[in-house]
Amino acid sequence: MKEMFEVRWHGRGGQGAVTAAELSVYAAIEEGKYAQAFPSFGPERRGAPVVAFSRFSDKPILIRSDIYNPDMIIVLDPTLFKNVNVMEGLKANGIAVVNTSKPAEDIIKRYNFPGNIKLGVVNATRIAMDILRMPIVNTAMLGSFVKATGIVKLETIINVVKRRFRGAAGEKNAEAVRRAYNETVFVGGDG
Amino acid sequence: MNEFKRTPKPRVSELPIAAIIPEPGNSKYYSTGDWRSVRPVINKDKCTGCSLCWVYCPDTAVIKVEGGKYDVDLNYCKGCGICAEECPVKAITMVEEGED
Amino acid sequence: MECAAAAALAAKLAMVDVIAAYPITPQTHIAETLSEYVANGELDAEYINAESEHSAISACIGAAATGARVFTATCGQGLALMHELLPIAAGWRLPIVMVNTNRSLSPNLNIWGDQSDSMASRDCGWIQFFAENAQELFDLVIMAFRIAEDERVQLPVMVNAKGFYCTHVIEPLTIMDQEEVEKFLPPKKIPKYALNPDNPTTWGCVAFPDVQTEIRKQWDDALRNSIKVIREVFKEYGSLFGRNYDIIETYRMEDAEVGLLLMGYACGTCRVAVDALREKGEKVGMIKLRVFRPFPFDDLAAASKNLKAIGVFDEAISVGGVGGPLFGEVRSALYSLERRPKILGFIQGIGGRDIKVDDFIRAYYEIKSVLSGEKRIENDFMFLQVRE
Repeated sequence: MKEMFEVRWHGRGGQGAVTAAELSVYAAIEEGKYAQAFPSFGPERRGAPVVAFSRFSDKPILIRSDIYNPDMIIVLDPTLFKNVNVMEGLKANGIAVVNTSKPAEDIIKRYNFPGNIKLGVVNATRIAMDILRMPIVNTAMLGSFVKATGIVKLETIINVVKRRFRGAAGEKNAEAVRRAYNETVFVGGDG
Repeated sequence: MNEFKRTPKPRVSELPIAAIIPEPGNSKYYSTGDWRSVRPVINKDKCTGCSLCWVYCPDTAVIKVEGGKYDVDLNYCKGCGICAEECPVKAITMVEEGED
Repeated sequence: MECAAAAALAAKLAMVDVIAAYPITPQTHIAETLSEYVANGELDAEYINAESEHSAISACIGAAATGARVFTATCGQGLALMHELLPIAAGWRLPIVMVNTNRSLSPNLNIWGDQSDSMASRDCGWIQFFAENAQELFDLVIMAFRIAEDERVQLPVMVNAKGFYCTHVIEPLTIMDQEEVEKFLPPKKIPKYALNPDNPTTWGCVAFPDVQTEIRKQWDDALRNSIKVIREVFKEYGSLFGRNYDIIETYRMEDAEVGLLLMGYACGTCRVAVDALREKGEKVGMIKLRVFRPFPFDDLAAASKNLKAIGVFDEAISVGGVGGPLFGEVRSALYSLERRPKILGFIQGIGGRDIKVDDFIRAYYEIKSVLSGEKRIENDFMFLQVRE
């Protein structure tokens, strides 16, 4: 991993974007890495666009300001494109992972993704509805996060997810993680 | 007193004294429609104009339209679904906002 | 672990006897976590759900007066509501430990972090620490009990942690188990004079003009002298647990001409700015104050030797006064130095406005242009992030 990897998670209040950022960081810490997670602080409001951040590094992370130029964005809800500039500040040659039922080419065209951005798409809503019977996509998106970056191992994320959601819920969420990992497809970027 | 400017990033010189809001009812300038992931669709043929949706909407996002019927102001509707729940003739369906 | 959870865990490992608190964002996770520990039996303590912060601190005072180990947390308007009792907690020499999750004072209603709340209470006679991250917060809370309860101190300690940026952030944390903590922090001794019907004492009686001065001096002496104990305890903690804390910490100050001085969470971001400036050949470093009360005069004078200028960063303003409160105090503290550095104040982070690496870099170049005579800053301080 280069010096520091910064991720911005976009969701709506109640969809678990904050939890997803947290779990990604717990996984990194478990693997002995340095990591930091925090939400865009404020009164929680269901449905309102929310942003969460996570940082990863092999060295202690000193910086404590917000993330302005993420290496990666993860979009839990595709309707956010209408309301929020999710790509703001995304680094050239960065990565984007989007939960969508549309193909990648469609997303690229519609939202003007530059060619140097590696775009991953996954129908996390379908996965969540199939396995969890609820459109809560945060755990599925963690699978996509692992596939996109390899910053943490899939098994570590699964352990962390199972610890957060005990028993049957843990198993189901773990299944969602795995399925999203398998089903996320990438286009663009440097391959 | 400075004329109140509806800007999210006012300058010191643009703030009214004590940072009060001197304009009544200005919450209408804050659009919460983008919080929504499902929206109500009212079938005007089924609608009887009973106004219960208007009564129950917590956001005053239901408005009276011609013919004594009702419709939704999508600038404010947060998609809570209470109107659909309360409509006595089931004239309201909640539809996914979807990606289109 | 989340910073707030780390603070709660520290209080649990300290085996507090009484917690009296009232929720207020962004302290809530601390109060909630502690109440969970008590509810599920992990912590054997009395949890008092006070009806306001004023009642919370009153309950803390009552409990501490009987000799119990007491913990509370609050911030912002909550701390302000406690204000009339804060000097009593300290003047009565009660070793209460409080985590204050630095929140902006109203108006306007702002739940985000700045130092205006603790600064407004800086004269209340409490020991005050500022934590930078989860690890420091955890360690300082544990050490706070040990320092507070030391017979030479017997004063309450406020551990400040910036709202949200040092409460809701999740980061790595190294903890100790109960046994290790107990070796460092044994169970609390109950003073002979503690409130007890079997040995009646009178607390908080009237004092006429002919004795209040002596009472104040005794208190001031105690707070001032506590710095020795703080140094000792920091050292012991370091030798036991490997994390060495100092009253003032410097970063790349060895050959620095300019020092950036501040407290709390922004120190992390400041280090990144110092590195960036050093890459460009600028001779700059950071001076971090971990202890604000008692004010570390000697340590500060030592750290400021041979500097051309110091930029002091406040996250509060003494309205209509000398600028930032820390700036005012640093200037006053260094006044008697033979060679005084130019001291400039910068106000940032008000109401939780993000403090970026760029902000420190901008401030550094402001300092440079004042030093070169290119520019003058009125009253020697400025709001760094304001839109005029």
